[in-house]
Amino acid sequence: MTLSDAASEARPAGGAPLLAVDLTGVHKNFGHVRAVDGVDLKLATGEIVAILGPNGAGKTSTIDMILGLSQPSAGHVSVLGMQPRQAISRGLISAVMQTGGLLRDLTVFETVEYTASLFAHAQNPREALSRAGIAEIADRRVGKCSGGEQQRLRFAMALLSDPELLVLDEPTTGMDVEGRRTFWAAIRKDAEQGRTVLFATHYLEEADAYADRIVLLRHGKVVADGTASEIKSMAAGRTVRATLPGATEDMLRDVPGAEDVEVRGDTVLIHSKDSDETARYLLTATQAKDLEIIARGIEDAFIALTGDDTQASATSTGAAR
Amino acid sequence: MSTTRAVAVDVSARRAPGLGGFNLTALKLEIRRLTRNRRTVIIAIVVPVVFFLLFGLNKAYDGLPYGSGNVAAEVMISLALYGAVLATSFAGAMVSIERSQGWSRQLRLTPLSPAAYIVIKILTALVLGFCSVAAVNIAGIVTHKASMSVGLWIASAFSVWIGSLLFAAFGLFLGYLLPAENVLQLLGLILALLSFAGGLFIPISQFAVGVQDVAKWTPLYGLNQLVHTPLLGNGVDWTWVVNVLAWLVIFAGGAMWRMRKDTARA
Repeated sequence: MTLSDAASEARPAGGAPLLAVDLTGVHKNFGHVRAVDGVDLKLATGEIVAILGPNGAGKTSTIDMILGLSQPSAGHVSVLGMQPRQAISRGLISAVMQTGGLLRDLTVFETVEYTASLFAHAQNPREALSRAGIAEIADRRVGKCSGGEQQRLRFAMALLSDPELLVLDEPTTGMDVEGRRTFWAAIRKDAEQGRTVLFATHYLEEADAYADRIVLLRHGKVVADGTASEIKSMAAGRTVRATLPGATEDMLRDVPGAEDVEVRGDTVLIHSKDSDETARYLLTATQAKDLEIIARGIEDAFIALTGDDTQASATSTGAAR
Repeated sequence: MSTTRAVAVDVSARRAPGLGGFNLTALKLEIRRLTRNRRTVIIAIVVPVVFFLLFGLNKAYDGLPYGSGNVAAEVMISLALYGAVLATSFAGAMVSIERSQGWSRQLRLTPLSPAAYIVIKILTALVLGFCSVAAVNIAGIVTHKASMSVGLWIASAFSVWIGSLLFAAFGLFLGYLLPAENVLQLLGLILALLSFAGGLFIPISQFAVGVQDVAKWTPLYGLNQLVHTPLLGNGVDWTWVVNVLAWLVIFAGGAMWRMRKDTARA
């Protein structure tokens, strides 16, 4: 929605915009299953974008192609203007996976030392551990670390090469609320330096709270792409609530944007497609006061946009806990 | 609104590492990991030495000539080969553990190229193989039963060590083919069978003729014959060379095939 503006802002003087991620008409088939079915996705540098969708929507397949772990069946994938594998070999992409990816018989320090040794240039392993807050467990075997410590280790490994694009695939699965909060605080702090962050999640509130932009996938297709508030209004609109004595429902139906209206004494509730227009009208052309614009929860939007299968509602109830 | 910031890093200034990411730090850590696995070290180094002490020191052997040395030297070379192939195939098969723990996938998110990774694995296997060959040969020296010239001794040990590379490929193949839980046990069993068939424990001339014909096709037969060539001094039979090269193509080709499958994931 705001992407074209964002991309042109990032345009270097006189050159084409350097997109962090550029997917054009990407398909990925596994036999007869169309895991990714024609995805176009452009990420400007510096954006924090969430890919949201129920299980099987194509999140992981899409991420695997961005990381160069698999090839698209059709379409084109480029990262920072090059092939994903080229970007990986230059240390420009890093990823934090949900589980695995660590050798239990190495120590924490050895794991970071090993990873750092593979890049043309990388941070000092000791400093990376200090920054990730795990310097005191440097000599511990990875197999003896808690889940949270292992996730900090993965995060430290991901930052070793100072990547431009950080990809997180359901990074907080299995963490408790406090762990998730700490993790996201670290990501946010890191992203302030301008890194592009792309994360897949099925936690709706995570996408809502931490992403500048949400891409909603369903059956391998992008069904919505915008800011959290845009997504919410797209699916469910907003409700404008105001105090307007003497209003009738018939009068209110003519208000711009109004889809559904309700009068409760002096209070009017207008369910609107375009809450800005509705509010502007109420405040300028009527005596309405105490005006409030209430967004429906992103969960409602999620269910509305993806909710023709039971999986979507199961996921969102899970996340609502 | 999506916020747009400047590009965080200078993309054009970045480059890929040389040698596909191969480096000595990674090699050092791989070797350290391998030696940390006690069971592997014991099987690959202690077992062949114990076998030599049990079977190589038979009183009859030191007086019995074999080529330019004696039978004790012949047994020592066979058991050094047994230890070396255990060591290199175990080291290769460690990839199954890396696969099951997701480390292989993690490495694909680094600049390390598959070729550089395989080179690291092969060099790691050669280090453990060297330790195993050295252990059996030291046991041979200190027990004073094996007898051959210093030159033959070095030539034999060296050919055993280099020859064991064939089984690094074998270990990699099985490591990519099988799940981690049982690959090491299975490997121990397979190598014991192949060692019998290849004549490492008893000369295949003692098998029935039909069994001998089959045994000559097995992957340790050609290698076992070749590593005894310096001591025996009877020259090289081309069928031994064909045997080794054919199995090398099978093992290395199989490992590459499975590795590609593993990498593709699709």
